[in-house]
Amino acid sequence: MCATCGCSGDGHKLTTFVPTGKPRNIGALQVDAGVMVQAAAGPPTIHAPEPSKTLIEVERDVLDKNNRLAERNRGYFEARNIAAFNLVSSPGSGKTSILERTLLERGTQTKFYVIEGDQQSARDAERIAAGGTPVVQVNTGKGCHLEANMVHEALRQLDPAPGSVVFIENVGNLVCPSMFDLGERNRVVVISITEGEDKPLKYPDMFRSSQLCLINKMDLLPYLKFDLDALKAFARQVNPELEFIELSATTGQGMENWYTWLNNQKTQPHPN
Amino acid sequence: MHELSIIHSIIETVEATVAEQDAVVEVERVLLQIGDLAGVEVENLEFLWPAAVQGTVLQQAECAVERVEARAVCLDCNGNFALKNYFDACPVCGSFWKEVKTGEELKIKSIELCVQPADAVATATN
Ligand SMILES: Nc1nc2c(ncn2[C@@H]2O[C@H](COP(=O)(O)OP(=O)(O)O)[C@@H](O)[C@H]2O)c(=O)[nH]1
Ligand SMILES: [Mg+2]
Ligand SMILES: [Zn+2]
Ligand SMILES: [Zn+2]
Repeated sequence: MCATCGCSGDGHKLTTFVPTGKPRNIGALQVDAGVMVQAAAGPPTIHAPEPSKTLIEVERDVLDKNNRLAERNRGYFEARNIAAFNLVSSPGSGKTSILERTLLERGTQTKFYVIEGDQQSARDAERIAAGGTPVVQVNTGKGCHLEANMVHEALRQLDPAPGSVVFIENVGNLVCPSMFDLGERNRVVVISITEGEDKPLKYPDMFRSSQLCLINKMDLLPYLKFDLDALKAFARQVNPELEFIELSATTGQGMENWYTWLNNQKTQPHPN
Repeated sequence: MHELSIIHSIIETVEATVAEQDAVVEVERVLLQIGDLAGVEVENLEFLWPAAVQGTVLQQAECAVERVEARAVCLDCNGNFALKNYFDACPVCGSFWKEVKTGEELKIKSIELCVQPADAVATATN
């Protein structure tokens, strides 16, 4: 029924639907599905055609665009036989320190490139560049994580050589980066033993989506009450397949195991 | 605060959908599907929504969220169980090895548009 003149107009494509589950409403304006919304309110004698409703079944992942860009990055890495690693952690766990030592100790054998993600400043990029490794700093501003398009842009600048290793140091944040695939081969979560053993339970998404956990600042173990077994047990509850390497970027202990792991990843075929 | 990124992604998708229509359309409703393990705080989304959609095609739109309960299959005993967290154990055998079957959804299910017929627009502007 036409709300303007009361006639029964046809040609209205009216689609109403009842969402399954219990929907929650967000936003101030509430539009009742199935109730006609009036078009231009002309004089009642004019029969203005009514607006019709259309339901478009999108059925698309919200992060579809990021996921597709990430797949593009992944294809780029595969084509050039590049191993890319996404390093995630809370601020201050030692991501940059681990990278600095890795580049210093392995830079002659392997060609490395680094993408540094921080909300602000180029300090980490400067630390990396000081050792002579090509690096691009990405500042995310208010953004609390890197996204695939940022990595894509950075890669265009870096132009990493075939057979190299690309480290992506994500923004220090254990929540948001877990949702954004960058196209990396592996996600590496770093936790230092000055943080709580229960971090994996508090930030399960990150430990769930990582393949390797680097336990850093092991040199401080004698001074702390840190239960290494508890940390691993909690992390395995979230992700039974997670691997662990204990190390110290400061003293260098355990770094060999990390290099071995890196080499194994490089020589294995790309996971699907 | 990745919920803001999430809203921006939704706006982009809806804008692209609106651009594909040849009529003048208004977006009335967006239906999202968000699993309990999707890593999205719906309260946060709700809080950020009004400001984030200002001046976009979603400014007037209602956002409805359908929650999906998380369920997993135990890889040790094959039991099917509901879980609240990734670290929940199988209630039957206590194993942490599981395959999450539902609850990780983060989808735009549908968009409801109000289509203005071309001549109605013409009438209105006359
Ligand atoms: N004692 C100790 N300190 C470390 C270690 N690794 C990093 N740090 C210190 O932790 C602080 C943060 O390190 P940084 O690499 O900037 O962390 P990022 O924010 O994860 O990149 C710095 O003061 C480092 O010197 C370590 O293995 N042992
Ligand atoms: Mg850093
Ligand atoms: Zn965030
Ligand atoms: Zn079981």
